[in-house]
Amino acid sequence: MLDKIIDGNIRAVSRAISLVENDGRDKEALIDQLYPNCGSAVVWGVTGPPGAGKSTLVDKLIKRERAQDHKVAVIAVDPSSPFSGGAILGDRLRMQRHATDPNVFIRSMASRGHLGGVAGATSDAIKVFDAAGFDVIIIETIGVGQTEVEIIEISDIVLLVLVPGMGDEIQALKAGVMEIGDIFIVNKKDHHGADKLKAEVEYVLNLKDTKNSERNPVVMTNANLDEGIQKLHESIYEYLETIKNNQQLKANRKKRLVSEIKNILTAKMVEQFSNYVDINQEIKKWSEQVYNGQIRPYQLINDKIQSFIKELQKNDIEN
Amino acid sequence: MAKNTRILMAKPGLDGHDRGAKYIARALKDHGYEVIYTGIRQTPESIVQTALQEDVDFVGLSLLSGAHNELFPKIVELLRENEAEDITVFGGGVIPEQDIPVLKEKGIKAVFTPGTPIDEVVEFIEEHTKK
Ligand SMILES: Nc1nc2c(ncn2[C@@H]2O[C@H](COP(=O)(O)OP(=O)(O)OP(=O)(O)O)[C@@H](O)[C@H]2O)c(=O)[nH]1
Ligand SMILES: [Mg+2]
Repeated sequence: MLDKIIDGNIRAVSRAISLVENDGRDKEALIDQLYPNCGSAVVWGVTGPPGAGKSTLVDKLIKRERAQDHKVAVIAVDPSSPFSGGAILGDRLRMQRHATDPNVFIRSMASRGHLGGVAGATSDAIKVFDAAGFDVIIIETIGVGQTEVEIIEISDIVLLVLVPGMGDEIQALKAGVMEIGDIFIVNKKDHHGADKLKAEVEYVLNLKDTKNSERNPVVMTNANLDEGIQKLHESIYEYLETIKNNQQLKANRKKRLVSEIKNILTAKMVEQFSNYVDINQEIKKWSEQVYNGQIRPYQLINDKIQSFIKELQKNDIEN
Repeated sequence: MAKNTRILMAKPGLDGHDRGAKYIARALKDHGYEVIYTGIRQTPESIVQTALQEDVDFVGLSLLSGAHNELFPKIVELLRENEAEDITVFGGGVIPEQDIPVLKEKGIKAVFTPGTPIDEVVEFIEEHTKK
């Protein structure tokens, strides 16, 4: 399977992504084995409110990338229903003309309850595509509003798609959304208010204390009519060049590793602890005890962890 | 291992009506499935490539234009060529009774005509889901 993935075999790549999505038993070994082949792909995040035109833009960007003969992978995330667990994954609808291009691989992903605008498996799926030799990996987040910050942690560059008529734009911009983007796209420039929005975005960006050369680009587009996309594409490459030269790209990737390793550590610690006590079972009992005033919450957990560590040490000595 | 069943709902052929396909997609979502929807006028080639990339368990084909006798078997055949005969294909739409046995013989596992209760589709999916 490993060789086939590295060869870029469609079924092997596809199955590997299902494996990481389903958190299969062999996932950890697979990712560790693929790791030495990772690191050459560039990851673009595309985020913004629902219906802003993210998928339509991605479709046009794929076209530009293919013109340069790059291999492109897309991971398009849509929300899972909190009630049924099901999902309708409709992003690729707008990219379907690339479906039969062997150098374009589009994968839809349901969030499966993961918060932050992407799926829990997105960062592992990126590694699969990276190892499989894709030059560019584009991630389209769920359009949820202001919480899709996780995209920063998994991409080299984030494209924030805005549209006129979101109401109280400037408030939203001030409230932190602006921190998410590296490149700002005012899409639907055919709509009323696009110029005003662009001016507002530029105003807020000017408040940031940055050197002229490193100022974030603001690009106006009409994704439907493929207008402004060439300019956008150029801005992406200029920006990537800048962050390569000023070492920002390297620093970001190192920062990404820090949070990745932290996440693995946290998940593994909880897993280990769950092997020792059945958390789901015990937690009800614990909260009952806290509720009845028998014990305080921090004291309870500290005690449990202490006895867990003792248990580990005991096992160490016995072995 | 938490495995979610993934279904590609596709519309081959030239007719532009996708109300039926969208309705089924939504109903399947409400039953907990992950449904990939790709829109109208898909070629058999693009449907099969999509099925491969999305690693689906099922491909549901919806057609009103009458070309099912060519298009449905073509998709089954292309899946086979790509070593993906493990993907279960079912169909729906306006399909004359007498065509159904022929389609089944050619590898379409079920054909649902208009008005089929969604529970019947769900039952079919559950039956054919690989454990
Ligand atoms: N007028 C106009 N419509 C656009 C433009 N770009 C996209 N649209 C339309 O906006 C609608 C939504 O586009 P999508 O690309 O699906 O938007 P999205 O952000 O991916 O949507 P979600 O993934 O559902 O959040 C579609 O009907 C597009 O045709 C544009 O520049 N101008
Ligand atoms: Mg979209």
